[in-house]
Amino acid sequence: MAELIYDGGGRLLFTKEMKKEYTILMPQMLPIHFTMMKRCFESEGYKMDMLTSNHRGIVDTGLKYVHNDTCYPALLVIGQLIEAVQSGKYDPHKIALIITQTGGGCRASNYIYLLRKALTKAGLEFVPVISLNLSGLDKNPGFKLNLRLLLSLIFAMVYGDIIVLLANQCRPYETKGGVSDEMSEKWMVRLTEEFKSFKNLNAGRFRKNLDLIVADFASIEVLKTPKVRVGIVGEIYVKFAPLGNNNLEDFLLSEDCEPVVPGLLDFIIFKINNRAVDVELYGGNPLKRFVAGLLQKYVENRQRELIAAVKKYPSFRAPGTFESIKEKVAGYLGYGNKMGEGWLLTGEMLELIEDGITDIVCTQPFGCLPNHVVGKGMIRAIKKNHAQSNIVAVDYDPGATRINQENRIKLMLANARMNLERSQKEKDEKKDETGEDMSKNTKGKRFTA
Amino acid sequence: MRIGIDIGSTTVKVVLLDDNDKILHKSYERHFSRVREKAAELLKALTPVCAGKEVQVALTGSAGLGVSKASGLDFVQEVFATAGAVERFYPDTDAVIELGGEDAKIIFFTGGLEERMNGSCAGGTGSFIDQMATLLNITVPELDELSARHEKIYSIASRCGVFAKSDIQPLLNQGARKEDIAASILQAVVDQTVAGLAQGRKIAGRVMFLGGPLFFIKGLRDRFVKTLKLDEEHAVFPEDGDCFVGIGAALYAGNLQPRLFDDVVELLENAMDQTGTVGTLPPLFKSKDDYAEFTARHVQADAPRVDPKDYIGDAYLGIDAGSTTTKLALITSDGKILYSYYAPNLGNPIAVVLEQLKKIHEICGEHIKIKGSGVTGYGEELIKNAFQVDIGLVETVAHFSAARHFNKNVDFILDIGGQDMKCFKIRNGAVDSIMLNEACSSGCGSFVETFAKALGYEVAEFAKLGLFARRAVDLGSRCTVFMNSSVKQAQKDGAGVEDISAGLSISIVKNAIYKVIRAARAEELGENIVVQGGTFLNDAVLRSFERELGMNVVRPAIAGIMGAFGAALAAKDAGVKEPSLIGPDALAAFTHSARPAVCKLCTNRCSLTVNEFAGGRKFISGNRCERGAGKKKKVSLPNLYKYKYDKLRGLAGIAGKRGKIGIPMGLNMYENLPFWHAFFTELGFEVVLSPESNRKIYVMGQYTIPSDTVCYPAKLLHGHIEALLDMGIETIFYPCMPYNFDEGNSDNHYNCPVVAYYPELLAANVDRLHGAKFLMPYFGLHRRKDFIKKAAEYFGGEFNVPEREVRSAAEKAYAAYERYEKDIRDEGERIVKYARERGLPMIVLAGRPYHIDPEINHGIDSMITSFGICVLSEDSVFHHAAGGKFKVLNQWTYHSRLYRAAEYVAGQEDMQLVQLVSFGCGIDAITGDETREILERSGKLYTQLKIDEIYNLGAVKIRIRSLLAASEI
Repeated sequence: MAELIYDGGGRLLFTKEMKKEYTILMPQMLPIHFTMMKRCFESEGYKMDMLTSNHRGIVDTGLKYVHNDTCYPALLVIGQLIEAVQSGKYDPHKIALIITQTGGGCRASNYIYLLRKALTKAGLEFVPVISLNLSGLDKNPGFKLNLRLLLSLIFAMVYGDIIVLLANQCRPYETKGGVSDEMSEKWMVRLTEEFKSFKNLNAGRFRKNLDLIVADFASIEVLKTPKVRVGIVGEIYVKFAPLGNNNLEDFLLSEDCEPVVPGLLDFIIFKINNRAVDVELYGGNPLKRFVAGLLQKYVENRQRELIAAVKKYPSFRAPGTFESIKEKVAGYLGYGNKMGEGWLLTGEMLELIEDGITDIVCTQPFGCLPNHVVGKGMIRAIKKNHAQSNIVAVDYDPGATRINQENRIKLMLANARMNLERSQKEKDEKKDETGEDMSKNTKGKRFTA
Repeated sequence: MRIGIDIGSTTVKVVLLDDNDKILHKSYERHFSRVREKAAELLKALTPVCAGKEVQVALTGSAGLGVSKASGLDFVQEVFATAGAVERFYPDTDAVIELGGEDAKIIFFTGGLEERMNGSCAGGTGSFIDQMATLLNITVPELDELSARHEKIYSIASRCGVFAKSDIQPLLNQGARKEDIAASILQAVVDQTVAGLAQGRKIAGRVMFLGGPLFFIKGLRDRFVKTLKLDEEHAVFPEDGDCFVGIGAALYAGNLQPRLFDDVVELLENAMDQTGTVGTLPPLFKSKDDYAEFTARHVQADAPRVDPKDYIGDAYLGIDAGSTTTKLALITSDGKILYSYYAPNLGNPIAVVLEQLKKIHEICGEHIKIKGSGVTGYGEELIKNAFQVDIGLVETVAHFSAARHFNKNVDFILDIGGQDMKCFKIRNGAVDSIMLNEACSSGCGSFVETFAKALGYEVAEFAKLGLFARRAVDLGSRCTVFMNSSVKQAQKDGAGVEDISAGLSISIVKNAIYKVIRAARAEELGENIVVQGGTFLNDAVLRSFERELGMNVVRPAIAGIMGAFGAALAAKDAGVKEPSLIGPDALAAFTHSARPAVCKLCTNRCSLTVNEFAGGRKFISGNRCERGAGKKKKVSLPNLYKYKYDKLRGLAGIAGKRGKIGIPMGLNMYENLPFWHAFFTELGFEVVLSPESNRKIYVMGQYTIPSDTVCYPAKLLHGHIEALLDMGIETIFYPCMPYNFDEGNSDNHYNCPVVAYYPELLAANVDRLHGAKFLMPYFGLHRRKDFIKKAAEYFGGEFNVPEREVRSAAEKAYAAYERYEKDIRDEGERIVKYARERGLPMIVLAGRPYHIDPEINHGIDSMITSFGICVLSEDSVFHHAAGGKFKVLNQWTYHSRLYRAAEYVAGQEDMQLVQLVSFGCGIDAITGDETREILERSGKLYTQLKIDEIYNLGAVKIRIRSLLAASEI
């Protein structure tokens, strides 16, 4: 059995022996992206398990081991991990946990510390925690990101974005249930298989794949009836994770809507961009700015290629570039607003609205600090400039009842449907010159047949 | 014909419209959670008119959603339906406010349609009024009537029902008039609606008021009209306001397929209960045998009693005037109980105690002499003064001494009363740590009681029901507002009274364990655990506690009167020479009256209640300092909070060539003002500070707050901006500062996201700012050279200031800031020296720089000095400690100071640390635990005071007094 070895500061390390013996448990934030990420790790010889559990016990465990005023995502992620360790499904002495770590002035940068505190509290201090980050924090001898793994992780995120983007646009309209999900799975398998070989991790291969993916999704048979398209923005965990947002996407699908979820790429570019902006605003090492700029350019190029591939099929909606979102934020927030989702959150709302997706759910954990400003704080200003926008802010919390959340979303949807019907009618009126029975309907009144 | 059925959280409304939109029939009834049955019943009442006919039907309302799913009838969202009805019947309406049992809604028609519902934290308007009426032991109509005769409105926290209750409870116990309390309750509802819903839009024009509470409670209407400054023409209360939403649903139904009326009735009657959305928990007791074993075990913990008829000798009286119940215990000199009493105070503790004292004197007759008396609890001071009780003591001490008397080996005590939860760890016979609930967890105990009453049960009876509940519902543990809304949800899902009773008990226990005690494992608590307080008389609560911990605990049979018992013990130990408790004659002549007043001795403007008793004795309550109570001013002890505050407020502007520049005094300005003041003064600007904060300033800006869960210090800024604009200031400077000064030994030096970016929120939400020059550049003062460069660019652009002027102003600014920093540290040294020379204890009140604002700390600093303790601030002492590695990411400057201040205090015999935390500060969920660890490692007690707009210091006082008693500093 692997020996427990600590670093100078008393941190339990994940050793090379552990790599052989231990299973690493990871939380799931974005189902598609993280599944690919998991497979990438597996191909490098790690035993991985991604937690997809979704039941009340997770929240209860979180409440037990994490300060109850901590934000909901921390409570969920830590609750889910500890619940899994205690579930009896694993030998607690043969598992490690992995969690992403970002810096920044938001509470989220403390998740890994809170996880370690929670483990101690649960009497599980022998379980090593691996920090997944790109800044070289908390190194472990048994866990190293080599270039192939690193590149495949980056590509997994980009491919994840395009799969989600396309599947979301097909799923509500597919004539045969489940095809979009099958297509997503097919590509996830194929791509992670490709990642195993270094030579597939380059821009050329990437462009080729993009075209294939888009063509494949375009071949899905759909019936495009007009549906309300609902944008989902918010704090990153509750925005993406079904566990965090009470299966929001499923709920919207059941309400006959098309969920539109801006991808992860913008967030990644945003975080890189922040480093350059810091130097611009407060001074600092120009080299840092230069390196950040290079990295940003690399990812932005992939994003442009992604957009270009999607645009080849006009039936698909292509997202805007990072640069275009950034431009839209001018007049609302400064680019120094970088904690949490920062100005990007406001930018995503603006991008959606200007693209005709005026109905938006802005999700946040109860009491989310950055979202006071960039979420709830900007809705009024957005509404002023975009009168047609219809945004509902929903708080997620262990104590908030689902019915209350759904009722608020339903209010937003009621208005969305009314607006959709009106615009359909206007279209029909234009097409159909007779339009006699339309005259009965006074405009501006809602309850008319 | 069209039918709208509105099923809300408490009532069902059915409306029948004819083809000309005329109301043929309407009904409004409470459903007592039997939603489907009640809806079917009311619908059936339409049979004479509708039988055999085709009708169009739509359901609406928060409970309508579930019924719709179950029955297959159509649903329309209630706010959407309301807006439709208003557009149809009152098209000239500008805004609508609708209050229901659980939800509050607002619709703006003019200036961009907007429909909004209350946030999760501000739920339960109607049910809040219900609860408050129960607390006052009156009906809602009676509360309405009382409010009409008010003379004064007290400031009551309006964030939510729990916070409001925390302000109301002490008012009751201080003897405030019920009329004034009633009106204040209604005002709190108004403030909550305006602040929580308007979110930056002004409620103006023709405003329509809808929903049950606004339809039935006249006092509430009056408060709204007054607060929004509406005249008769602009405040619209439609005749059908109670069922207006139902009308909207009926209008909506016009779009739907007609159905045969009889089919609709059938659909509704046969609607199967939907699958529950609320989780369930295993039963508390599997069998009667389990319960029998449980009771047998607990019955052993009985207290010795003596029949007063058989006893001759001395006795001691203890009174516990708790938040909702009054307890009395009369004990013999060897601690046996002669008489005890436990009952709700019905909002009038004096009357209860008066009656009991008469009874006790009767029991005592000539053969038992009361040699001493003690009082504890929220009503301590009032009762002490009213009846001349010998001693008063803080409840934690009373509870502790009672538990210790009961079980010498006790190492952990948990007391759950009506309002508060207290727990103590005991080591070597002394208190090792004290944990008290914060505002969000308050009122759990009394919640069960008010809830039981509302359902028509006695609390004991209600508790029993839960013991064998098969499907106890999971109601969460955040607070009673959330629980209440979960209960409503559970009821709609078909949960029975027994399931809810059990669920409530479990929720209270979870709240205590995970939020107050913060323990995950039983071993963390101790081996001999004693639980007490009225709430633990409930077997379901006791059982849940044992089960959640996985171990057995001791509940004394007198669990409910432990406070009174402890007070009696203390009275015995006090060795009172001449008992002062008033005797039978004085009791017979006892009178009591109360009137409101405002203390004008300082800017705090405390709301006072002047109690007068027979014989002209007076007792003044509601004061924050000794002066208001009519006592002579003592020499005030050194107080660094006051020192800093005076210093900052004293930074006057000097008229200069470049005009005036306004600075809103809030958040990090309390840190950076010396810097900016010197900077702008040097540049030739006259710095104008916004006025000192007070409640009025807060209310002024309330309407532009977009997020009701942000901290109070941030909310206050909205008012400061308004105040600056009112002063005619045209240029306001308030920079965005994600980074703070780097003070070394930390992982980073951020500000929190709210401090960093609040200026941008203000710019986006305070419309009036568009008429002014609002400067909110991003600056980082931590890089001096870069700052000067950036500042030169910025001010050169904005005001054409030459670079060399900016450079010299910046140098002066840095120097001024350094001087200020040094001055604070020097003053700290002086205070420590002063205290040590006189042997006085010190408290480091550790918060953020902005916590020195008296409107934010509510005068906690002066309250502490009034206890004979000198007050230091975190920034006056932290530099003595090295800082370094902590178990958290130490990346915020202010919080880094906190850790270091804790490290420093840990090594000082005569110092304690009290952490001030603003409600909603998520970061303090991280810092609190870490600070506790630092202090407890050195055997120090950790005290956290969570503050918000809650005005009443009752709960804070208990915490400080407990700290003092436990640390005996």
